[in-house]
Amino acid sequence: MAVTAVEVVYRGIFQKSLSRNICRTIVLAARKEGKIGTAFGRYGDSPERNGIPAKYFAIVADDPTELEETLAAYEPKEVAVTIVVDDTLCKGVESWAWYGLQPINELTVEGGTVLVTSIQPEEDLVKDMHVKDVPYNLSIIKGAKSFSGLWVYKDDHTDVRILGALAKVCPNLVGLEAYVDTIAEQSDDELKAHSARRAYDRVSVSPVEPGQGNPEEPFSFDKPGWTKMGEAIVIPGIEVGGGFRGGEGGYQPVRNDVFKKFSTRTMRPVINFETCTKCTLCWLQCPDSCFDVTPEGLYDSDMESCCGCGVCEDVCPVPDCVTMVNEEVFDDNSSQHDHWKRDRDGYMKWLDEMIVVAKSEKEVGAGRSHGFREWGEYQKQIEMTGVAGDD
Amino acid sequence: MTTEVKDTALEREELISGAEAIAIACALADVDVITAYPIRPYDTVMQFVSKLIADGELKCEYIVAESEHSQFEIVKHASAVGARVFSGSSGVGWFYAFEALAVTCGLRLPVVAMVGNRALDDPGAFGCEHNDALAVRDLGWMLRWVDTAQEAMDAAFMAWRVAEDKRVFLPCAISTDGAFLTHSQQIVMIPDKRLVDEFLPPYDRGEFVLHPDNPITIAPQVNEDWLMEIRRQTDAAMRRARDVITEAHNDLKRIFNRGGDDPFIEEYMTDDADVVLVGMGTLALPLKVTVRRLREQGRKVGFVRIKWFRPFPQPELRAVLSRFKAVGIIDRDYSLGSPDNGGVLYNEVRSALYDGDKRVPIVGYIAGLGGREVTVPMTTEMFDYTQKVADTGIIEEPLRWIGVRD
Repeated sequence: MAVTAVEVVYRGIFQKSLSRNICRTIVLAARKEGKIGTAFGRYGDSPERNGIPAKYFAIVADDPTELEETLAAYEPKEVAVTIVVDDTLCKGVESWAWYGLQPINELTVEGGTVLVTSIQPEEDLVKDMHVKDVPYNLSIIKGAKSFSGLWVYKDDHTDVRILGALAKVCPNLVGLEAYVDTIAEQSDDELKAHSARRAYDRVSVSPVEPGQGNPEEPFSFDKPGWTKMGEAIVIPGIEVGGGFRGGEGGYQPVRNDVFKKFSTRTMRPVINFETCTKCTLCWLQCPDSCFDVTPEGLYDSDMESCCGCGVCEDVCPVPDCVTMVNEEVFDDNSSQHDHWKRDRDGYMKWLDEMIVVAKSEKEVGAGRSHGFREWGEYQKQIEMTGVAGDD
Repeated sequence: MTTEVKDTALEREELISGAEAIAIACALADVDVITAYPIRPYDTVMQFVSKLIADGELKCEYIVAESEHSQFEIVKHASAVGARVFSGSSGVGWFYAFEALAVTCGLRLPVVAMVGNRALDDPGAFGCEHNDALAVRDLGWMLRWVDTAQEAMDAAFMAWRVAEDKRVFLPCAISTDGAFLTHSQQIVMIPDKRLVDEFLPPYDRGEFVLHPDNPITIAPQVNEDWLMEIRRQTDAAMRRARDVITEAHNDLKRIFNRGGDDPFIEEYMTDDADVVLVGMGTLALPLKVTVRRLREQGRKVGFVRIKWFRPFPQPELRAVLSRFKAVGIIDRDYSLGSPDNGGVLYNEVRSALYDGDKRVPIVGYIAGLGGREVTVPMTTEMFDYTQKVADTGIIEEPLRWIGVRD
């Protein structure tokens, strides 16, 4: 009996076509080996919104009877490979489809693989992923967060590179030659098969031991039964907030503690508390009421509520007072205001570094941007990372 | 064991969803008029219909109406002038069309629709429930439930063939479980157009066609002096549908080599069974898995899937179910305040068996509402309780909700 499932964890809408292409090609390639399969998106993720974490699945079995075990379900119970097409998702995913924060490796089986497209070093990714009590592997395909497949973006071969790597890390799913044959049927571009083979040769595989990773307990929520729920589908309104973190002065709104949204974020605002003019615009314009008002009248963005839309940066009238910075450089959701109060010099030095990072990424057009990217960004990024073009 | 890849001149293989399968069936059946109005999960079929039209593979009048009511009014009228039609909806969208749905039956117009089964709002929910399609069960709509994308496609061909048969001329809805069928891509064998043409003759409205060369009036106002006879005619048409379905099923088997043994029901490992469960739609898939697992433990269990809900397979169920020691009926629907507070299927099956030769003990299960997965542990729980009823002959709880948080 052999049923093998893989998942692609992706950013809603931007990466849906990419994920769909990967999963469909897996199943079509499996047919070439006489296997059968199914491909489907996580229904509850839909309707998708820009950037929300979402999932697509491919399941392959030796025959239809075995496949039946996996049908009429929203997702497999476990996957041999978790493919992550945006490395910020390694911090965990909260979606429309379930409650709580799901560690990126939650469905990954013992000895399975988390396969990530990233230009981050391995140790930085391990630090992001929640601790698992069984060993598994981390594989990295050096590359950008691709929007390939979305109609306005160039095909950057991310799908075929992932498939090539997949043949290496999970050979019992589908072998390399079946992928190459299927890719050749789908595209006249001979380079695509070449990219798949090269990814097969180059993908790195490293073990992740139990206990390695982010030790935090992901937030969760127990759903009540029908005898305990309020009746008539009535949901009480959110109460009025109080003082800053329960103390004197300031204001902190009451927030939804079962749907936090921060795993949607790919950039976060960093605040210069020393140039802030207390104009209130970030606080007023933030669509998610992320900003706490501190006792001294400053604005501290709550990183459990921020989905990284960047409105605060756009409306702030003070240069570099609010700067959106690539999420991958952060390890936790701790308060910037706390950091600043504790260690002003240290905070300001760190802030300067963050602003430099943000500006240099903007200059080469290779960093993150909230919202849509511009034409040509990928070519620049590929040149910068040396991912392609060296043979 | 491996699964052979089939690809011959007479059929081709594709990885498609149930919604896409039905859209392709529209192209192969040369549908003339398609109307649409978006609501999940039915609306995936709109995407594929649009794509087929854009790709030049489907030539039809495609009208995105301003509401479901107009959507079904348009196909009703198109059908009256002799056009082959297709439409569909889900959940409360189907209900918004209810007036049009009701009048279509009396006018004997062979509208074919896909219902992407969805829970009825409120609360807003996209998941599968069967109450939407079941709501038209009394009106003269033929109702078909399918469990795979392949069956969705084959059922669409069947639907036009039966609905457009002069002996029937009734609308037919194909129920496809939201998400599990509408959105999941499976391997489907797509027949060549030549095979479809052999199976499905052109729609011929004959002397009923609304056309300037054939001056007729349809849908007049009547009073108590006419309506009962009209209803009795519609009733007779529904009764005749049984034989037409059987004929079509036999042709489907001959031409496409698919469709199973019986047109109305599918029996799975029932030959020596003591206890069987009965259900409709994709819950058949976890149920078959459960049956195989329990069989490995030596338990004599089986499953019966109902394919046609209207016309209801009373003779088949009476003959088949009386063989067992106890039967459990699974409803992915509810009928609040009904006998035993059971589901629609539960009460229909019990009624169908009331004056049979042997009255088998029946229990009901409500499960999978709002698209909740019907899992192997849930169906095992159903088998366990039904077995207890078989062993003791006592029904303590005629109706149980399975998989609900207390």
